Amino acid sequence: MTEHAETSKLGLWRRLYDGKSFPVFVVVLSLLILWYAGAVYMNSDRLIDQYERGKVEWSWQQLIEDAWSMERPILPAPQQIVVELRKTVLEKKITSKRSLVYHSYVTISSTLVGFALGALLGILLAVGIVHLETLDRSLMPWIIASQTVPILAIAPMIIVVLGHIGLTGLVPKAIISMYLCFFPITIGMVKGLRSPDVLQLDLMKTYSASAAQVFWKLRMPASIPFLFASLKVAIAISLVGAIVAELPTGAVEGLGARLLAGSYYGQTIQIWSALVAASVLGMLLVWAVTITEKLVLGRTGREAV
Amino acid sequence: MSDVELKPVIEIEKLNLVFQTADTPVHALSDIDLTVNAGDFVSFIGPSGCGKTTLMRVIADLEKPTGGHISVNGMTPEEARQKRAYGYVFQAPALYPWRTVEKNIMLPLEIMGLSREEQKARAARNLAMVNLEGFEKKFPWQLSGGMQQRVSIARALSVEPDLLLMDEPFGALDEITRDHLNEQLLKLWDTTKKTVIFVTHSIPEAVFLSSKIVVMSPRPGKVIDIIESNLPRDRTLDIRETPEFLEISHRVREGLRSGHSYDD
Ligand SMILES: Nc1ncnc2c1ncn2[C@@H]1O[C@H](COP(=O)(O)OP(=O)(O)OP(=O)(O)O)[C@@H](O)[C@H]1O
Ligand SMILES: [Mg+2]
Repeated sequence: MTEHAETSKLGLWRRLYDGKSFPVFVVVLSLLILWYAGAVYMNSDRLIDQYERGKVEWSWQQLIEDAWSMERPILPAPQQIVVELRKTVLEKKITSKRSLVYHSYVTISSTLVGFALGALLGILLAVGIVHLETLDRSLMPWIIASQTVPILAIAPMIIVVLGHIGLTGLVPKAIISMYLCFFPITIGMVKGLRSPDVLQLDLMKTYSASAAQVFWKLRMPASIPFLFASLKVAIAISLVGAIVAELPTGAVEGLGARLLAGSYYGQTIQIWSALVAASVLGMLLVWAVTITEKLVLGRTGREAV
Repeated sequence: MSDVELKPVIEIEKLNLVFQTADTPVHALSDIDLTVNAGDFVSFIGPSGCGKTTLMRVIADLEKPTGGHISVNGMTPEEARQKRAYGYVFQAPALYPWRTVEKNIMLPLEIMGLSREEQKARAARNLAMVNLEGFEKKFPWQLSGGMQQRVSIARALSVEPDLLLMDEPFGALDEITRDHLNEQLLKLWDTTKKTVIFVTHSIPEAVFLSSKIVVMSPRPGKVIDIIESNLPRDRTLDIRETPEFLEISHRVREGLRSGHSYDD
């Protein structure tokens, strides 16, 4: 009995040690320690100030406890964020303006619409660039230039212009997402469509295949791994685009709006929970693309690029 | 041989091809004269870099000559290619990795617009021809290099062209498989009266298969001897022991030796 327990315990340690879990666990643990220490360090100045003005006796233990439970800390402790997340994710109705799920939903809608538009635009541009020499030379500089303009500068203008023609809400946000995320898709897709080697192209030539046949039977399938590699980058960028687009609009909904409101009122805990929500969303989105990639490429036994 | 059989399929006169490379121009083909008649089995043999692949690519319209004249089936190579006059087996398999073996063989047939049943039937028939039954659903990366090359042969055969261009098709195969495929190819050539152009580095293979052997030498690539073989069309592997066979082999070897330079 005990012997059995012993071996299974040993087995657990072995598994932890050999698997990925152990290193991940160590990294998380170190980060948490650093974070808690950081919270004390960052928040202590204001606390000590308060103690001295109130002429209160304070101990280190008191300081640490207070540093981890301030209402508007400079750096909140992890458990404060967890509490806030539980309150705004689980305990509010998801249709409530206070629910983080609701705000995430608003942001993710424009992310996905922007991503779909960006993918479409990116792929169409790539197809044009690969097939028409003139497009390659005339479009490419503009595409690259478009990405050097800081999005924070151009986002308010897009919103004002679109607002003027009656487009508000999801559409302008989606367009800003699209503006940011088509670029990696174009670049990846151009590379993918050009990836067939001379021999693979010569083969098509010996069959006297039409340009359309070369595209559908060679260039398109050859580009799929490249497409997915850039989609993974693009969907994360698309989320950033949607959040950034919520900042200058004075939006009241969405994770961007939560970030903005939080910073107006010094609600650092609210900001951090919105950040956590955004990164969880980001991971879920990239994961969804990865799963799709596995399903699509898995059938052919090909590896991702 | 009757007059009908002597119809020229490929006529090449004073053909030249110079590659413009970054540093010095490469004279890959120099003043090539060659006629291939319908039903011929012609082998190109010569040291590496003598222009065998290049000559084959000119015939297939994958490379444009810089001088001289060439016609394929009485047309320019470009017109012949557009009429799908030939099947080409490349020096490397050139399979599409996202297609199964069967789908790879069906690729040219899809492009030609054949019916699905016909595509499948031809794929099965030609896979059997190269001894790869049962590998239909495998992907290229699940096959050995030699098996991949055999798939590419099956793919070229499935087009059922009158003219077959084969660039070292059996280079990656073991001796026994090679013997087997040599016999298969010879049988196919004898029964279907195809015209075959074949590149090889092996003297016995060239002599065993060919009705005409073209010996080439490098720098610049040129033809130094054309040997007509009088071995019977329906030959078997045993013929390799006969004096006639050895005599032709000897002449090929002499040609290769005279064309070989040791200065570089
Ligand atoms: N696209 C190209 N650009 C420049 N030079 C080339 C090109 N293709 C071939 N050559 C040159 O032309 C010459 C003939 O090459 P080719 O491939 O026809 O040789 P080969 O006889 O088929 O050789 P191997 O037996 O090794 O296959 C070589 O010197 C090669 O470097
Ligand atoms: Mg070659």
